[in-house]
Amino acid sequence: MTIAMEAPPSVERGEVILEARSVDKYYGDDRTPVLDSVSVALHSGEFVALLGPSGSGKSTLLRLLSGLMPPSGGMVLSHGEELTGINPNVAIVFQSFALFPWLTVLQNVELGLLAAGVPVEQRRERAVAAIDLIGLDGYEEAFPKELSGGMKQRVGFARALVVQPEVLFMDEPFSALDVLTGETLRAELQELWNSKSMPTRAVLLVTHNIDEAVTLADRILVFGANPGHIRIELPGLPAHERMHHGPARQHLVDAIYRVMTNPGEDASMLVGQPSAPARAERPRRYQVLPDVGIDDLTGFVQYLSSIGGRANVHDLARDLQLRSDDVLAIVEASDLLGFADLQDRAVLLTQPGVEFADAELDAEKAMFRHFALAHVSLLRHIVRELDASPSATLDSDRLMEELEEAFSGGEARRQFETVVDWGRYAELFSYDDASGELRLDPESGVGAADALREAMTADSSATWSVDGDDN
Amino acid sequence: MLQTQPIPAQAAASDRRGGVRPTPWWMDVMLVLFVAAIAFGIARAAARWSTPLSPNVRIDTSISQLPLYAGLSTLRMAVAYILSLVFSLLYARAAAASKAAERVMLPVLDILQSIPILSFMPGVVLALAAAFPGRTIGLELAAILLIFSSQAWNLAFSFHQSLKTIPRELSEAADVYRLGIWQRFTRLELPFGAIALIQNSMMSWAGGWFFLMASEQFVLGANNLRLPGLGSYLAAAADARDTHAIIWGIVALVTVIVALDQVLWRPLVAWSDKFKFEQSGGDASESWMLDLLRNSTVVAWLHDHTVAPIERSLDRPREPLKLVRFKFVVPRWARVLAGFVAIIAASGLVIWGGLAAFHTVSGLAGRTWWTIVVATLATFGRTLAALIIATAWTVPFGVAVGMSPKWSRRLQPLVQVIASIPATALFSVLLLVLLELPGGLNIAAVALMVLGTQWYILFNVIAGAMAIPSDLKEAAGVYGLSGWRKWKLLIIPAIFPYLVTGLITATGGAWNASIVSEYVIFAGRKISTTGLGALIAEAADAQNFALLLASTLVMAAVVILGNRLVWRKLYRVAESRYRLE
Ligand SMILES: Nc1ncnc2c1ncn2[C@@H]1O[C@H](COP(=O)(O)OP(=O)(O)OP(=O)(O)O)[C@@H](O)[C@H]1O
Ligand SMILES: [Mg+2]
Repeated sequence: MTIAMEAPPSVERGEVILEARSVDKYYGDDRTPVLDSVSVALHSGEFVALLGPSGSGKSTLLRLLSGLMPPSGGMVLSHGEELTGINPNVAIVFQSFALFPWLTVLQNVELGLLAAGVPVEQRRERAVAAIDLIGLDGYEEAFPKELSGGMKQRVGFARALVVQPEVLFMDEPFSALDVLTGETLRAELQELWNSKSMPTRAVLLVTHNIDEAVTLADRILVFGANPGHIRIELPGLPAHERMHHGPARQHLVDAIYRVMTNPGEDASMLVGQPSAPARAERPRRYQVLPDVGIDDLTGFVQYLSSIGGRANVHDLARDLQLRSDDVLAIVEASDLLGFADLQDRAVLLTQPGVEFADAELDAEKAMFRHFALAHVSLLRHIVRELDASPSATLDSDRLMEELEEAFSGGEARRQFETVVDWGRYAELFSYDDASGELRLDPESGVGAADALREAMTADSSATWSVDGDDN
Repeated sequence: MLQTQPIPAQAAASDRRGGVRPTPWWMDVMLVLFVAAIAFGIARAAARWSTPLSPNVRIDTSISQLPLYAGLSTLRMAVAYILSLVFSLLYARAAAASKAAERVMLPVLDILQSIPILSFMPGVVLALAAAFPGRTIGLELAAILLIFSSQAWNLAFSFHQSLKTIPRELSEAADVYRLGIWQRFTRLELPFGAIALIQNSMMSWAGGWFFLMASEQFVLGANNLRLPGLGSYLAAAADARDTHAIIWGIVALVTVIVALDQVLWRPLVAWSDKFKFEQSGGDASESWMLDLLRNSTVVAWLHDHTVAPIERSLDRPREPLKLVRFKFVVPRWARVLAGFVAIIAASGLVIWGGLAAFHTVSGLAGRTWWTIVVATLATFGRTLAALIIATAWTVPFGVAVGMSPKWSRRLQPLVQVIASIPATALFSVLLLVLLELPGGLNIAAVALMVLGTQWYILFNVIAGAMAIPSDLKEAAGVYGLSGWRKWKLLIIPAIFPYLVTGLITATGGAWNASIVSEYVIFAGRKISTTGLGALIAEAADAQNFALLLASTLVMAAVVILGNRLVWRKLYRVAESRYRLE
């Protein structure tokens, strides 16, 4: 199926006001990149949305573009000049609001003007105007703790708008709010932007919500993780197609879903676009475990079984009231373990999945152990190491070091926590948080290790370190 | 290690808005008079500082002198505290400014904190008295320096800790909206650290009183270099066995402490509610003084005409420091060079100091070292006894108070005031009684250690018991936990980290206290018992610098080693195993 992606962009593109040119980023001494050669240009007059899984570096890109930190490689250009400090043309709306609790609403909003050196009277005037604009008049003297979440984020918007930024960044501005409040704020923002009543010339929105991105954006960038990179760039819908749920909108939403549910595949093939030069994916030592806890996993498989063993990913997010990327992670984990099968946008429970859902606790654990060992290379690796160690223990620091060679710092920690969670549940090993020691479980762990050892000697080419030996 | 868990401050202070009755005019008059009296007192006391030093200061035990002595003592405390506060804000800010600075400055602070301050007192007094020959100011400075060193470190630690825990997005907001250094400090950093700073300031004052009393009572060899103040007043009164004067002296001391609590600390605590970061509710702390200040027209007028214009001019925009965060601002070679120079200078200093110390100490005979070892063991035993006694009563009492919200609300302010009454002030009085008992100074020394250190443990235990989540308490009730099982499964795990924190501070305090408690000059008589503290005091008395240095270093080493080898480890276990999340 081909979608008319070549349709002319809905907005005339103005000049480039802010640009990242193949920026890389590592944090600290950790040399594994969080961002790998990312290029984005923001044009005057456009609204860009950034989608992508957790930890793919979306916030990091915002920090680079706003000059909160320098890139490790490449450069950031504002109006064609390299940025050497905080970008004076940018304001940010934060997910956590980031209001100063000891300052009143008015003082919080005045904050940006304070540093800009606006005289006292004018400062007050402009702040009050911004508070009015955002619908908070009467609350000037209130403290943030007296406000509801939605009202706090309004203060966040007022604080950003009062400095009349050329570029407005929003990092998941609605995710900390309940659905209705988020919706209301989003609609108001859209109205403000469309009516051109703010001097802001470009907006960059980070979101997890595909609907939100499709409704608001002139251009949508989908990020991939490990290391963060832009998988694909899609033009948004023309203004008149955004609001009503017609086929064009449905096509675009579907295309984005397909891209996001298939992190390993070539995104432009998935949308049916002529493919851009494919990125060479670097070979990886381990498969990437989705950041999913055991409870979520077993709960999900049981839920899927209870609704007939088949569902649409899109519907799941709605019915389970989860963020779409969280659902994706759970689906991915079930798929990886062989309990479910992801086909296009539908998830199907496999036969083992059905059995797993019905099993009693002990049988459930035994099944999990079997499937996890069969499909998770890192788990096999740990069991072998434990088996090879004379004391049947493994130092978690050593494991972390190994993981850090393959993943960036934050991701390595998540991989570690996930694999320990899974391995403990499978009763392959125990883990003592205080001493940081993994210890082979005297019953099932040793049994599993024996079985693995046999398999190894039977087929010495079965190494643990090559990705994709399971899929 | 003085960072106790802040005692939960409460939310929602009433601000200056709203229909509150204005303070009556005579209250304003009182306020003005109060301020004038303080100013007069400071001027009068300062005038004394430049007076010539008489080798034998006579402490007048007549009651009419008490207000003056109380004023002098308070002034020393205030000067030392202000110095500590300024120092700690600057030090913590500097340490947080860069990774490299942090790597050097924090360990230094940690060592400074572990050193038993009193063991340096003889040296400091001698040095400063010599630096200002024939003037009282040298002695005053020595006292202030001692108090400073008992107050500064935990303030610095607490502020540094606050700076490091500022939420990332809040700090990024400050950056994006380009607050300058000053604006950032006043709008973000200081408010964020305020609650912890105030809590630690109260602890610092309590510790400060302890050292102030000790330093005012200090007698060095034949020279009776006493500083006039409440400490020396009480010592003189006990020397003369003047019960009347003793009672009045204690009354004066308690009055000063209670007054400061009411006029300074309660208002500050109540005011600092607005800096609470979490949104959680709870009762508001209250302070009549704060209400009075908030509603006073004089204060409002003063604020509008002095503080506000100053604030405005300091806020005046400057070029925001755009480049602070970008690495290419300071070229790499310059940073490397600076680091190199700093390392060379620091190691030069360390080597020079080490050689000088070695040279001094190397003259000591083997027998002397043996004496030091025996003395260390004796003091170790006393310290242990003091900690056991203090723990034995504070844990059950603290848990009982902390688990009952009603009692903790009532008793905590009271306990705080009692804890501020320095054990050193009462020591000479206690000696009157204890020296008559069998065991003599041996027992008296342990008693002083207990008196001086039990509060650290008590505070922490109460805080730990208060922090037990109510659902856990309910669960314990539902499952019928009681008696020993309840202690084992709920209470001990919950208070353990707090208890360890308290014990760390208490241990340092006990070693410190040994210096004033194992060797005393009482009613013209020298009385001493075997111990490291006695050795230090004796060496200072005899001006035997080799012995003084050696025993001081041993004590510092024992405290630091104990912290590293025992307490830190316990603390880590406590943190990881028993943390309630
Ligand atoms: N200060 C830091 N030090 C080290 N690693 C960091 C730091 N900040 C972020 N990271 C890591 O960089 C990666 C990308 O983080 P980033 O916050 O940019 O992701 P994101 O796409 O915004 O994710 P989310 O959707 O969860 O907000 C993560 O693995 C994270 O752990
Ligand atoms: Mg983010």
